[in-house]
Amino acid sequence: MTPASVVAPAEDPKRLADFEARIARGETIEPKDWMPERYRRQLIRMMSQHAHSEVVGMLPEGNWITRAPSLRRKMSLMAKVQDEAGHGLYIYCGTETLGVDRHDLILQLLAGTAKYSSIFNYPTISWADMGAIGWLVDGAAIVNQTMLAKASYGPYARAMVRICKEENFHKRQGFEIMTVLSGGTPEQHAMAQDSLNRWWWPSLMMFGPHDADSPNSGELSRWGIKRKSNDELRQRFVNMTVAQAKAINLTIPDEGMRFNEATANWEFSAINWDDFWRVVKGDGPCNRERLAARRKAHDDGAWVREAAAAHAAKQTESTEAAA
Amino acid sequence: MSSESRDNPLPLWEVFLQPPGGAAHEHAGSVHAGDKEMALQAARDVYARRGEAVSIWVVPSEQITASTPEDMGPFFEPGNDKAYRHPQFYKVPPGVRVS
Ligand SMILES: [Fe+2]
Ligand SMILES: [Fe+2]
Repeated sequence: MTPASVVAPAEDPKRLADFEARIARGETIEPKDWMPERYRRQLIRMMSQHAHSEVVGMLPEGNWITRAPSLRRKMSLMAKVQDEAGHGLYIYCGTETLGVDRHDLILQLLAGTAKYSSIFNYPTISWADMGAIGWLVDGAAIVNQTMLAKASYGPYARAMVRICKEENFHKRQGFEIMTVLSGGTPEQHAMAQDSLNRWWWPSLMMFGPHDADSPNSGELSRWGIKRKSNDELRQRFVNMTVAQAKAINLTIPDEGMRFNEATANWEFSAINWDDFWRVVKGDGPCNRERLAARRKAHDDGAWVREAAAAHAAKQTESTEAAA
Repeated sequence: MSSESRDNPLPLWEVFLQPPGGAAHEHAGSVHAGDKEMALQAARDVYARRGEAVSIWVVPSEQITASTPEDMGPFFEPGNDKAYRHPQFYKVPPGVRVS
């Protein structure tokens, strides 16, 4: 990142005050409205990372489409992965309202200079991982996206509303997979438990660093982009997941977990942030594989884009000739 | 990457969906597509996977003319100061139900 993209120009204090008053009144900010340059840049950063995450998020599950154990599971998984492609497009479309081009964002992803959620850099080594991802990863995403559906930027909030309507199917199909495996043979139960063991901590990390270590949080909450902190959202997710795990006879891999009567929170052990930062910085188990898969898909699709452009050019020619 | 230089971004289209049940078309988002047919198909795949629409409009984004935020005051003012366009402006004798 060049220094120029970090340091934004000083804003006109009057306009900034008016803008912040609008946020305080709960008004929605729309693409053509005046906004501080920092607000625009934070949104482009956050929304493009979110869109990339939806797109890369198709890869770990795509791995199991051809090996789903039944036609029913296969249809569900295909529909779910297709939804994630749609989610990516809803958010790219929202990001474009801020004056960037989707094409440039995709090239940044392919070049490896853009971030996406680290959760998708872990491998999917068993069928149970399709259950754990739907239950935990989509479950965590729902907690985050429900909050973002009230974000101050209209196009982002509206994309989230659309996405939230579709996510419950994702979570429930995952939870169903886990329920069936956990109640199956001892081997199937062990497979479900192993998957929970591997996905639990990365799922908690999806909410990002602790509030005290989260550099962007102050600005994002002041401008109504994020209305709840990382730690609040993480706690909400833990509280709701404990009972779900218990209901299907699975054990959350955290021996230090305790219920605090006073706060009504399930308190959990310390998170291993070294692992988190290692994966964020590109050294997770699958970072290279994921980008290579995206690049291959992009290159393999080049002929489709060329054919579409050629077809469109031909049509323009023939309408011009007819006119 | 060889394809990078050959990629030309496809034009942007705004998508409007009409939900079942008789409501009007409403803006849903946008898609990139080379021509109107492909824009319609992309709009269906992206925005109507669960029976959300009985009709879809796609419009080239550059063809839309919109009011600007600066218009907010004067442009909409003629609609704001005419209380006599609302039924509450008219007095009705006590005890009579007119509407
Ligand atoms: Fe999604
Ligand atoms: Fe999802």
